[in-house]
Amino acid sequence: MAFAAFQTAEVVPQAPRKRSRIALFLLLPGLLYLVLFFITPLFSLLLTSLQAPSEFGDIGQYDYAFNWQNYVTVMTDYWPHIVRSFGYALAATVFALLFSYPLAYFIGVKARRWPMLQGLMLVLVIAPFFISFLLRTLAWKQLLSDESFVITSLKALSLMAPDAHFTGTPFAVIFGLTYNFIPFMTLPLYTTLERLDLRYLEAGSDLYANPFTVFRKVTIPLSMPGIVAGTLLTFIPAAGDYVNASRDFLGGPDTQMMGNVIEANFLVLLNYPAAAALSIILMAAILVLVGVYVKRSGTEDLL
Amino acid sequence: MSVSVREFAERGADLELVGIQKRFPGFTAIEDLDLTIPAGSFFALLGPSGCGKTTTLRLVAGLEEPTSGRILIGGRDVTGTKAHERPVNTVFQSYALFPHMSVLENVAFGLKRRRIGDALGRAHEALRLVELDHLAQRRPAQLSGGQQQRVALARAIVNRPALLLLDEPLGALDLKLRRQMQLELKTIQEEVGLTFLHVTHDQEEAMTMADTVAVMNKGAIEQMGAPAELYELPRTSFVANFLGQSNLFTGDVAGVTDAAITVDIAGARVIVPTARAQRHTGRVTIGVRPEKVTLSREAIAPSSDRNALGPGRIVDVSFSGVSTQYLVAIPEAGTVTVFAQNTGSGPVVGEGAEVWISWPVEHGFGLDDVAEPSSRFAADDDTTSIAAQRREELVTELEEG
Repeated sequence: MAFAAFQTAEVVPQAPRKRSRIALFLLLPGLLYLVLFFITPLFSLLLTSLQAPSEFGDIGQYDYAFNWQNYVTVMTDYWPHIVRSFGYALAATVFALLFSYPLAYFIGVKARRWPMLQGLMLVLVIAPFFISFLLRTLAWKQLLSDESFVITSLKALSLMAPDAHFTGTPFAVIFGLTYNFIPFMTLPLYTTLERLDLRYLEAGSDLYANPFTVFRKVTIPLSMPGIVAGTLLTFIPAAGDYVNASRDFLGGPDTQMMGNVIEANFLVLLNYPAAAALSIILMAAILVLVGVYVKRSGTEDLL
Repeated sequence: MSVSVREFAERGADLELVGIQKRFPGFTAIEDLDLTIPAGSFFALLGPSGCGKTTTLRLVAGLEEPTSGRILIGGRDVTGTKAHERPVNTVFQSYALFPHMSVLENVAFGLKRRRIGDALGRAHEALRLVELDHLAQRRPAQLSGGQQQRVALARAIVNRPALLLLDEPLGALDLKLRRQMQLELKTIQEEVGLTFLHVTHDQEEAMTMADTVAVMNKGAIEQMGAPAELYELPRTSFVANFLGQSNLFTGDVAGVTDAAITVDIAGARVIVPTARAQRHTGRVTIGVRPEKVTLSREAIAPSSDRNALGPGRIVDVSFSGVSTQYLVAIPEAGTVTVFAQNTGSGPVVGEGAEVWISWPVEHGFGLDDVAEPSSRFAADDDTTSIAAQRREELVTELEEG
């Protein structure tokens, strides 16, 4: 047929780019920064995690060693905290996604015709950042404490058992994490959805897909970069968070996460090797989880 | 979902638009459009950008809802149905191939939604038809513009819709590829027997491909007919100038018989066959196509079968290979464009030469409206301003494309 005339032109491979000394020179400040403030502390943390208590020293005095049993000890001592951290972070990420996706879709797609509304809603999403994260979390503690109007009303209406609490429960911690990280989910979702070409959605409905199928087969895959970025930006800090779960904020004795035990080991128990080992475990676990997740979602190019 | 979408169309379906009106906030895109496209025909909607042709297409596809009026496909009223329920497929101007799917998945998308068996097999078959099966596993971004266009075409025709909509599908292609695709579309239409509705601003594309062309302007159809009919006998000044070029003259009717009307153009008598004139009294605009006009260096006496005007002066000569275009300024009558085939016969004249023009009476036409005086070029236009105008036309064309 006539098409034979238009076979693909062969792609001519381009010559590899010449290495530029200037580029390396320009990289130097960044590399220096990374070595000084990332590689060195990381190495120091690794060394600390392998330290052993000083034989004749006081509490909190340690010597360099290769005491890898530290890892076994913290894993056995704190495995509920490790599981809890990732469980809470996962729940908060899912809730944040469920809440943020419709919001970001509205701002990025439905409100395109009204740039003023778009701007206003984005400001509202970012507005909480103007108040300290700690203050906001404390405010929630006040609002949801046993004596608060919300809880007393719920109890008066018999929607809550008279001796039940909200603060100090896993639900309160997950609520706090979700609330605090929602902007980190909404903003990347918004940037992807804002660029979503609606012609693809029209093509989908032209090809017999009902609105739900268009959403599942076209909108979701096309907004995958935003979903991956948003969930990572929520999950990673949420897994390491120690504010929401802390007893001083929304948590209780049974809601302690890894961040809380790291804090306790560093600042209260002065068990630096245990704290360092926990930090390394947290970091490694996040790296592995994120790696698997990104691989599975097919958005490697984001990393 | 209705049954008709679940099955392949046996053949093309009629499309009927009844009293369609489409208003957007602030402007009316289409006012009172009635249109019937018979099954199996290749119909082109031709018009400048903003004339409402793309809106018409989107209304048929179900991507927009009409403000009033009804849309019938194969006799069934589909006005209230959603896009995914209509037995219609579109080749979008931007192709709109799903970037996250392979070429094969793109083509199989519609079949899978309709749960038609062997979707992948049929998709491969459609890709073979457009000779792209070897690229089935590629992503659309890895294809050239022409290949993407063919994938978009395969993605639409694989569904065997009763009605195929084409929204400027060849706009992004270079000339050679355009020609090939035009031919290909025509072949597919003849083989498969679908009804094609093709929207374009390219008059040549519309004329080479369609059986019937409707020229649209400002939300309404100005004239509709076979390409040759539209070209030979335009009814309005818009059609006369949008579809090819025309030399238009405005004057008063001086005499009418059953056979011909005589119009007074700048003191000369110009005859137009009565059957070819829309209006027979008062002030009228008549015209003739540039290739029908002959130049001569001597005065010509008008006769009952040949009109003549002159003398005029050649103000511009542009050579384009097969033909030469002359611009002749005739006092009071305006500037006349003449295309002369470069056959070696006929005078070869230079700028500034004094010439007379003439054309056979049967090639003249009389319009329904009175053209704006000198709608193309003013008589005192020099080449620079004409060139500037041409340039602007090209720029708008490029922007539209």
